[in-house]
Amino acid sequence: MAKVEFLGPLGRPSIEVDISNLSELKTFFKDDKELQDWLAICAVALNDTLVCDLNIPLSKDDKISLLPPVCGG
Amino acid sequence: MLELHNGPLHVNTILAEWYTKISDKNYGAFIPFVGIVRDEDGIEGLSFDIYEPILNSWFNAWQEKAKVQNAYLLMAHSRGDVPNHTSSYIAAVVSPKRKVALKMINDFVEDFKANAPIWKYDLVDGKRVYAKERSHVLSGSGLLKADA
Repeated sequence: MAKVEFLGPLGRPSIEVDISNLSELKTFFKDDKELQDWLAICAVALNDTLVCDLNIPLSKDDKISLLPPVCGG
Repeated sequence: MLELHNGPLHVNTILAEWYTKISDKNYGAFIPFVGIVRDEDGIEGLSFDIYEPILNSWFNAWQEKAKVQNAYLLMAHSRGDVPNHTSSYIAAVVSPKRKVALKMINDFVEDFKANAPIWKYDLVDGKRVYAKERSHVLSGSGLLKADA
């Protein structure tokens, strides 16, 4: 099971999902109306590196992080 | 060097420690930037969440860029609540010559604003309100949004 964490203002507890790539995570979230508004503006990190490819294979120990828009300082 | 502090930064102490740390290293320029929370739009202060793993890798990549130019970066940032008229952010560049440090402090702070994984909230009536309108979308955003 890959771990999915929702950072910053997303404010949700982490979940574990049985997926083999990010495309399956996209499908997993498709009916979550509240999350869809956030997903339009969230970046995705796989094991703390930003990614932009839905087809990267995932293993059970992988960590996926959703990062909303940022503003430090 | 990257420091994270709970609450407002003790600017005098941090800058004094940094100056002590670098003053005998033969750098000719020490260029600090101190961000101070402003009283505007009725806020009581700001509050911050930080995702440390990616912040560390972002900062380390910048430190490598600085090293190539014989410069060195220092940064401190707050976690949690920071009242108006106190500091949440200090960045500094030291380098042998001032021109490298002056350019780098600008480039570093701009990239920090755009890419450092830190989330800002206004403090209004004691509650945190995500500063969505002032925030910057990261590269690759929208990857997981369902197709229309």
